[in-house]
Amino acid sequence: MDLIAQSMEKVLKGRDARRSKTVPIRPPEERDKLVHAFHPDYKKEEYHRIRVGPNAGERTVREVVELLESDSPVPNDLDLTPQYRVDVLVVGGGGAGATAALSAHGQGANVLLVTKLRMGDSNTVMAQGGMQVAITEQDSPVTHFFDTLRGGHHKNDPNLLKILVEEGPMAAKWLIELGVLFDRDGSGNLRTKKGGGSTQPRLLTCSDYTGLEIMRVLKDEVLNRQIPILEFSPVVELLTDSEGQCTGAVLKNLDNGQFIVVSAKSVILATGGSGRLHIEGFPTSNHYGATGDALALAYRTGARLAHADTFQYHPTGAVFPEQLAGALVTEGIRSDGGHLVNQNGDRFINELDTRDVVAAAIIRECADGRGVKTPAGRVGVWLDVPMIDQLMGEGSISKRFPAMVRQFERYGIDIRKEPVLVYPTLHYQNGGVAIDVEGRSGTQGLLVAGEASGGLHGRNRLMGNSLLDLIVFGRRSGIAAALRAKSVTAGKLTLAHVLRFRKELEKNAIKPTRVAPIILPDYVRREEIAAAASDP
Amino acid sequence: MTERVDESSIGAHGRTISVEIMGRPYAVPEGLTMLRAMWYTGHEVVRGAGCLGGFCGACAVTYRTKDDVRLRNGLACQTQVEDGMSFYLNFAYYPNRKVIYDLTQLSDPKQDLFKLFPEASLCRNCNACTEACPQGIDVRDGVWKSVFGDFQKVSEMFMDCVMCGQCIPVCIADIAPNHVALYASRAQGARLTPAPDNLLRRVNEIESGKYGEEWKKILAMNEDELKAAGRPTA
Repeated sequence: MDLIAQSMEKVLKGRDARRSKTVPIRPPEERDKLVHAFHPDYKKEEYHRIRVGPNAGERTVREVVELLESDSPVPNDLDLTPQYRVDVLVVGGGGAGATAALSAHGQGANVLLVTKLRMGDSNTVMAQGGMQVAITEQDSPVTHFFDTLRGGHHKNDPNLLKILVEEGPMAAKWLIELGVLFDRDGSGNLRTKKGGGSTQPRLLTCSDYTGLEIMRVLKDEVLNRQIPILEFSPVVELLTDSEGQCTGAVLKNLDNGQFIVVSAKSVILATGGSGRLHIEGFPTSNHYGATGDALALAYRTGARLAHADTFQYHPTGAVFPEQLAGALVTEGIRSDGGHLVNQNGDRFINELDTRDVVAAAIIRECADGRGVKTPAGRVGVWLDVPMIDQLMGEGSISKRFPAMVRQFERYGIDIRKEPVLVYPTLHYQNGGVAIDVEGRSGTQGLLVAGEASGGLHGRNRLMGNSLLDLIVFGRRSGIAAALRAKSVTAGKLTLAHVLRFRKELEKNAIKPTRVAPIILPDYVRREEIAAAASDP
Repeated sequence: MTERVDESSIGAHGRTISVEIMGRPYAVPEGLTMLRAMWYTGHEVVRGAGCLGGFCGACAVTYRTKDDVRLRNGLACQTQVEDGMSFYLNFAYYPNRKVIYDLTQLSDPKQDLFKLFPEASLCRNCNACTEACPQGIDVRDGVWKSVFGDFQKVSEMFMDCVMCGQCIPVCIADIAPNHVALYASRAQGARLTPAPDNLLRRVNEIESGKYGEEWKKILAMNEDELKAAGRPTA
């Protein structure tokens, strides 16, 4: 019997013994120590100093420094005659962008939504765990506030956080009115599940398709309202006037390579995160276009970033089969009682601790030789999925995790019978462009919503708060952008901030190693491809 | 500047197999997904990739396996290449009509279906939509259940739908089954299911200012005070 099979035997045999024991949440000092020792955010040699712009002097990972010190893809002398003139330009077709567009449109604004991929192709569709909303009797927005604050190591902006938790129930109500079908209990109340780092069950779910259900509905509503959409048209540069206010953007038509100029009274960046930068060489659970565009775009206009040095490595990325490497295994498995087990069949962390702590513990197990090696040379620990059927009754896994059953079935693995191997995967940008409670960045006329923004989540986002973030702040930014559009006239379109930024790079003798926005990661193999054996 | 993660080779095993991409033959290692096989063979993919997790439907693909006459549908980010396989990305764009509706203005959602989607009741039971679905949904049955007004069941059946649209071009009655199902599902949620009491109660509490005093105290605290106040009691 090979080593994997032997170790899997231990997982199955030890299940009953494990069930009777609990692994307590460790005290804060001990958890901090674990995170500092093993979490990728604390790997000093990966961190470099930012040399230009509003965050100069701070340190972040090499990949983000390169992005912030990148060159613009737009030439200084680009013809800036606009093809579109709108009140509100929404950049990004995920959950935050769709919500912002609907909200701005609801205020009577003339809205244009532009997106890099297709409308809806985003991280939102993949969100499986659920959305945190404090609705049970034992729970309250205040409890939600403190859970999130603890998860974020007390670095969250309390004002943003208060808005998030208090408008959560209204956000859920808004989604239900649009037709989102959250899971209910027998009496018609919303069912809640407990998420990692949370003291109360407050995850609203649509089986393990929560994000897909929300995105399907939001996209359909954007189409129903006939809000104009330009797909495969990412923003490659922002435009500003002589006072530094954002007045529009330059898009690139990815089909023919041509630039498109848009004049807008407000611009909302809802371009999501940066997993496709593969920070510290990690695989990622993110979509194809998650290249941190908002960071580069907003930074050049002079907007400050918040917590741009911290990333969430989701504890349970798949490592086997090899085809699923980096893909997410939903936290819902742990919420429902699935254990994390090392090579020896032992539990090593409370599965419902915050993501940074659980990820650090998995990395520690593997670094100390208690991980399981896959045939492709990856290493991971077991997630005992089949336990859920034992805890909740036969058929629970199929009913509660249809997406995951399907995903592994494609590779001949039955998660109802076998545990799966997992290791942390790059999942979420904890920080981003600093915003106020209306979603406004430091640059006038430029708003930011969703994962692209920063401050709300502190140094570690609590699970289930991301879907809530994009609805609550998507709505707020959409409304604020529309209101601003009512009070200002269309501004002059210039590349003044780009010229200034290029000079600053030059002054600091920085030769950019990248042009950004990166738009899409480059995965194309350049080596000579062997011709297929032709068998006539 | 290159990425340190070699996505084009994730999943690669030793053995080399032959595949056909848009009619052109290539040799690739066994174990790749179709999308990775495209990167491996030097294809720049813009249209045809999205979430890369099997949820968004952007990478709808049509393929045939060796010596099989049947054309199959799948998702290129989730389907493994096999020796002798031939495939192309659909680019998932059909100039199909989006039926426009305002959920709040419907008088009777189950009857309104016939006004908005008159073709839905003309299904001829050919089952091509079900055969085309990469998610294994019984799409044909879903169309019938929509017509008969069982919106609850339709919403459950189509929770897995990634809106890839592969059921649309195969329909001989010009139905867009995924859009019919999405209408039924949204109407079920917005119009036919009572609003949940526990949520409405909390919304009322917040709107009546129940937590106002507490927030005042909390927002006046410094970091240490917040740490102390938020320490779990258990």
